[in-house]
Amino acid sequence: MTTRPPETGAYLDHAATTPMSSAALEAFVAEAGRTGNASSLHSAGRAARRAVEESREAVAAALGARPSEVVFTAGGTESDNLAIKGIFWGRRRTDPRRTRVLVSAVEHHAVLDPAFWLAGHAGAEIVLLPVDAEGRLDLEALRAELAAHANEVALVSVMWANNEVGTLQPVREVVRLAHQHGVPVHTDAVQAVGQVPVDFASSGVDALTLSGHKLGGPVGVGALLARRDLPLEAVLHGGGQERGVRSGTLDVPAIRALAAAVVDAVEQREERAAATAALRDELVAGVRRVVPQAVLRGPDPTAPADPASSGTPARLPANAHFTFPGAEGDSLLYLLDSAGVQASTGSACQAGVPQPSHVLLAMGVPEAEARGALRFSLGRTSTRSDVERLVEVLPQVVRRAQAAGLASPRAMTGGAA
Amino acid sequence: MRVLAAMSGGVDSAVAAALAVEAGHEVVGVHMALSRNRDQFRTGSRGCCSIEDAGDARRAADVLGIPYYVWDLSERFEETVVADFLSEYEAGRTPNPCVRCNEHIKFEALLDKATALGFDAVATGHYARVVTREAPDGTVARELHRSPNAEKDQSYVLAVMGPDRLRRAIFPLGGFASKAEVRAEAERRGLSVSAKPDSYDICFVADGDTRGFLRSRLESRPGEVVDTDGNVVGDHDGAYAFTVGQRKGLGLGRPAPDGRARYVVDVRTETNTVVVGPVELLSVDRIAGTGAVWFTEPGDGWADAEVQVRAHGAPVPAQVRATAPAASDDGTPGLEIRLPQRPLRGVAAGQSAVVYRGTQVLGQATVSRAWRAEPVRA
Repeated sequence: MTTRPPETGAYLDHAATTPMSSAALEAFVAEAGRTGNASSLHSAGRAARRAVEESREAVAAALGARPSEVVFTAGGTESDNLAIKGIFWGRRRTDPRRTRVLVSAVEHHAVLDPAFWLAGHAGAEIVLLPVDAEGRLDLEALRAELAAHANEVALVSVMWANNEVGTLQPVREVVRLAHQHGVPVHTDAVQAVGQVPVDFASSGVDALTLSGHKLGGPVGVGALLARRDLPLEAVLHGGGQERGVRSGTLDVPAIRALAAAVVDAVEQREERAAATAALRDELVAGVRRVVPQAVLRGPDPTAPADPASSGTPARLPANAHFTFPGAEGDSLLYLLDSAGVQASTGSACQAGVPQPSHVLLAMGVPEAEARGALRFSLGRTSTRSDVERLVEVLPQVVRRAQAAGLASPRAMTGGAA
Repeated sequence: MRVLAAMSGGVDSAVAAALAVEAGHEVVGVHMALSRNRDQFRTGSRGCCSIEDAGDARRAADVLGIPYYVWDLSERFEETVVADFLSEYEAGRTPNPCVRCNEHIKFEALLDKATALGFDAVATGHYARVVTREAPDGTVARELHRSPNAEKDQSYVLAVMGPDRLRRAIFPLGGFASKAEVRAEAERRGLSVSAKPDSYDICFVADGDTRGFLRSRLESRPGEVVDTDGNVVGDHDGAYAFTVGQRKGLGLGRPAPDGRARYVVDVRTETNTVVVGPVELLSVDRIAGTGAVWFTEPGDGWADAEVQVRAHGAPVPAQVRATAPAASDDGTPGLEIRLPQRPLRGVAAGQSAVVYRGTQVLGQATVSRAWRAEPVRA
């Protein structure tokens, strides 16, 4: 059984979603043909339960966690919501002073929005931790915040790797600082698993989000790895599945497929990451060659994160991100799409309207420049011809988009309004 | 041709896009996001600016099998249409935001961007007809005409686009004689917007409460309502919220001494005064306009034509004359109108005056002044 990227043209948006691995698809289809509720006590239920528990063990083993630390969810957004709200409520229950939620300014909306929801509905105070020009967390700001308000902090959430510009965050240092004050740390590792080494236990984080469809599994399934001693309140209440923090009948086909995908992604990670990084480097070089005014955003792909971290790169191997001066993201997207190249502005959409990315703005990129952003993300099925196609059509696309930008006074006036 | 179909999420633009596809064009659907803060615009199915509308447009594009994008034109919309709306009212004039939207957004921002991106034309769901006529010398002229659907005809709000822009515009609904026909076409194609209600109000004015919107954006400026002799007969929160010809909502406690209905006959923003008077004072037979745009210039001297001053008003016989910029009220190409047969009532500065000959739009201008050749005594 095989899966393919979308039929038409060069698909350079694997960070949005990537094809299911053969192992995941096979597991999914095989399990979808069976009947059994994993909570039932009869033989069909036991068979389903067994498939779930084997999957739990496989995910745990692949990511350096214990099986009891794996909570299956319906995806990355749910895992992030469970972590942010669940830890906030859990911590505040034992200590009502703990109302501060520290998150990096470049988090995904699945972290930012539940945090701001807590601010609006549950008395939380959100502290947005700044990042540097490459999108990397300012550890000094975290240190200062913890020093000033340690007794009021409910949790810290800092993503493992940024979904737009691919920046790896200093999660280990975040953990060290937070744990000095007894503050738990959550990390959204949706973009990291299968791309860079992720080991739950040795990272020290208290909770970690992963999502199926970003690593070769199906959409609609994910997990939150959560230490057993972490105070975690349920978000979904009901039948008490998943140690009572995530009720709902277990989605056995999706869970088995997720486990197959995680195992495959982790086993193949090193080899695939090397190939992907090499292709990404060709893409970056090609874009710079044909559009010299393109500005690479995020860390230099060739720079290591820090000398101590045994070759872990500063940037996700599959990620490239540029801004194109004078062009708007929506024009670039349309023109690339009609030329057979599928990419992304990388930022969240509101009803399909590309907004200037909060990640780029947090990195200090002026709004006018942030509007001309494109993210290219590679995956298992990416080929050199995908990159060649992009490089071939890009100069014309950028010229056209710049002309369209001139037709729109916003680009001319530098976005001031 | 490569055609950009502007898709509001309503039934008209969906059918227009469908017809462009069926005419063999390579069509891409684009929904314009016009609200800067989406919460400010009303939700529901009656506007053209809500998230539901964007979803409906996307669904229609799916059904038609065409690519679909959302373009954010909210800043342009705020800077042109909304800003003009506010400043015109503030100056005591009565703007038509749909005319300004066609002028600055649909047939400027959208059309220019589409052209730059390689599109040959923009298709919209407007009810108006484009007639192509070949002159004896072989040149082809595109004329803008009224829709055969008199009730829905939108040539009035399109006249401002002028001939250059008309060359790059397509109105696939131009031949439709009724809205029911358009709805039937939508239904036949499985477009779920077929039964969606029409929108009538100004899309950025929630609840259709223009005065409330003005008050929320312009500060309160209490002042006096006076009659034509200068007697104070009432007060108001801001002269800007009144329009010439208005009868309702004047808030005058007492009836006029003669018991007759009173209308706003003048809005004097320099003194923040609203003048009310009897209906006769609203009749005008002379109109001057600025910012004239012509599809077909009337030629030298006075020419016979018809003039319409409101979107759903009736045309009246008129004599019109184009004037040089130097002779107009603000230095732009001017238009002078005489109404020898039948005066018009309640013509406010800021409205569009559109010149027709039969079904054909000759041109348009924005009313700067309207008056009576022989003053009447009230």
